[in-house]
Amino acid sequence: MKILVPVKRVVDYNIKPRVKADGSGVETAGVKMSMNPFDEIAVEEAVRLREKGAASEVVVVSIGVQQAQDTLRTAMAMGADRAILVLTDESPEPLAVAKVLKTLVEKEGPSLVVLGKQAIDDDMNATGQMLAGLLGWGQGTFASKVDVVDGRVNVSREIDGGTEQVSLALPAIITADLRLNEPRYASLPNIMKAKKKPLETIPAADLGVDMAPRLTIVSVAEPAERKAGIKVGSAAELVEKLRNEAKVI
Amino acid sequence: MSEPVRESMEFDVVIVGGGPAGLAAAIRLRQLSPQTSVCLIEKGSEIGAHILSGAVIEPRALAELLPDWRERGAPLNTPVTAEDMLYLTETGSIRVPMLDKVMPHMANHGNYIVSLGEVCRWLAVQAEELGVEIYPGFAGSEVLIERNRVVGVATGDMGVGRDGKPGPNYQPGMELRGRYTLFAEGCRGSLTKQVMAHYDLRKGVDPQTYGLGIKEVWEIPAENHRPGLVQHSFGWPLDDKTYGGAWLYHFGENLVSYGFVVGLDYANTWLSPFEEMQRVKLHPAFRHHLEGGRRISYGARALSEGGLQSVPRLTFPGGALIGDSAGFLNVPKIKGTHTSMKSGMLAAEAVVEAIKTDRVEPGSFTQKVRQSWLWQELRTARNIRPAFARFGAMGGAVYAGLDAMLLRGRAPWTLHFKHQDNETLRPADLCTKPFYPKPDGKLTFDRLSSVFLSATNHEEDQPVHLRLKNPSLWKTVNWDVFHAPEARYCPAGVYEVADEQTAPHLQINAQNCVHCKTCDIKDPTQNIDWTTPEGGGGPNYPAGM
Repeated sequence: MKILVPVKRVVDYNIKPRVKADGSGVETAGVKMSMNPFDEIAVEEAVRLREKGAASEVVVVSIGVQQAQDTLRTAMAMGADRAILVLTDESPEPLAVAKVLKTLVEKEGPSLVVLGKQAIDDDMNATGQMLAGLLGWGQGTFASKVDVVDGRVNVSREIDGGTEQVSLALPAIITADLRLNEPRYASLPNIMKAKKKPLETIPAADLGVDMAPRLTIVSVAEPAERKAGIKVGSAAELVEKLRNEAKVI
Repeated sequence: MSEPVRESMEFDVVIVGGGPAGLAAAIRLRQLSPQTSVCLIEKGSEIGAHILSGAVIEPRALAELLPDWRERGAPLNTPVTAEDMLYLTETGSIRVPMLDKVMPHMANHGNYIVSLGEVCRWLAVQAEELGVEIYPGFAGSEVLIERNRVVGVATGDMGVGRDGKPGPNYQPGMELRGRYTLFAEGCRGSLTKQVMAHYDLRKGVDPQTYGLGIKEVWEIPAENHRPGLVQHSFGWPLDDKTYGGAWLYHFGENLVSYGFVVGLDYANTWLSPFEEMQRVKLHPAFRHHLEGGRRISYGARALSEGGLQSVPRLTFPGGALIGDSAGFLNVPKIKGTHTSMKSGMLAAEAVVEAIKTDRVEPGSFTQKVRQSWLWQELRTARNIRPAFARFGAMGGAVYAGLDAMLLRGRAPWTLHFKHQDNETLRPADLCTKPFYPKPDGKLTFDRLSSVFLSATNHEEDQPVHLRLKNPSLWKTVNWDVFHAPEARYCPAGVYEVADEQTAPHLQINAQNCVHCKTCDIKDPTQNIDWTTPEGGGGPNYPAGM
């Protein structure tokens, strides 16, 4: 069984994002980029399934600029077998990503696609679901536990107030939630070995997919700064301020 | 911990540290000898993540290394167009006249204002194109010495818990074995320290003296931006005995680099380099540059100020020290990038020769340094920093002027450093407390909001990388005599005194550490040992820093 894991290169989670001076987006020039943390969890889960013998090959794919190669190399250092980079200078929306992934699924024929539940840059939480819809496959989203048993995959889903168990026929889509696993480090020997693993680059245009954006970003702004608090002298003053200044009582 | 099973790999040359020195050495090695395998490790999460400098750089070494640096798109985009040196009083400032005559070493025409982090990222791309293997995110934590020869370094284990035991995602470190190892860790490198001690490399040279530089990058309104403007200051707020001053550079797209350096031979235990740095921004000579802007980054780093007198023996069996690990900064010029790069290039030449003749020690490095412009520069500059240590700020400045105009650096004498920086503090009850204004949240800030902007992160569950060799000394020396100077000199709020009124003890917030190394230098009994945390930890300075 082959597993496909899409990974996204995003602004590193340690970096405080800075809105561009013209409000058109977030500054990414010269900013440290790394693999979307939920995608790391997805890679880890796929590698563990292979290590357990439930899968035979893990293929990682990224859609983006040339530097997304680094992200793919990291995934291969974690244990993925090979990588595909779909090269584009645009930052495609989830629907376009799902369409590209559909063509790759048709080409590669995986039985399982494991994705991060969302990317930490745009927090869309849509690609996995859209891909399931386009392919007509079952989906186990927000997975916190995955078991492949007798040609089916059992998924524990994190839902409001508890977990839900679903059993999906293969092929299927899984999106990884935070508690699914703790990803391993890419060790130095494995990073060295990953340099020699195969990485195929496909120009996005060659796939013949309509990637035109459907969304328009109107403006991007930083959250309003929180005002410093004040100390009040008495309960009476507090009531007075709540009534006349804050106007909440 | 039990003996870890670690993998090892062989290279011709292993370089520890991805700053200008290490990268220049790597590039030169592959230029001279394309079949030589070169592996470079860097403790920052990426190249540039731990690089902090002003920085005005002189492109001399770069032009020797990569003569076509312009065509290759080196990020040297803001030439210096105007410069001022100001002597500050509390409310006013006096411009030093005829700067190019009085302080010719300060003349910056032909130099560029850069983000040194960006320059290093670019150098790394050049190095990788030449076939250098670069591995950021891995800290060299152990020097491998066999039969008295350095045979490489080992990277630290990953995934070790706070208790020192392997956690669930434990990965043992790796041995990177090299016929030659170059230490390019920058000022006060933790492995360099071990190598110096093992081979007694500091024998017969002056103690190294250091400075602490604290820096902010601001984005200011376009109408106030004057790209190419360089402004330095000395005098207020430091007293005459304390060496240091501020810089302010306009560069890039509406960016201003602002920072402050304090000589770590300061005596007043109450002095806080961080708060000095903050309050200079309120001085009329600096304030108007920053008003209306926003601070986008923050960081700090120690630098070597000893110069020629303090340069240790450079080579040992199996390798050499390069860049600020050796201490090649030219202090009066306040520049070290060009000298660091040059030292890396010369070491590369020496290593290539040593490989050919199979010599244990790349000894020709020392000769090459002594015959190069790097040595000439440091020789000319050698008396200026010690003159400040001896005669104070005004006396030092006068000496520097005379040295430049009359002696032209050819004085028949050499002034020496007598003390290590950890020996210069005076007891708390003999010092007066400076007054530091509260941060206003617009121009001046506190430590924690500053550290936040350095994007510093350490994996939380790991052993504390700042170790007290003798924990009981803290109470009897640091607290009882000096009143916890580490709480003031640390620019990142790592050291905190808890339960001050009842049972004072030191709390170490190691996860805040920006890897400046000041504590390793300035602790009165050198009781604090800075060791490498898990690789990838520390600040994540963005482009612009």
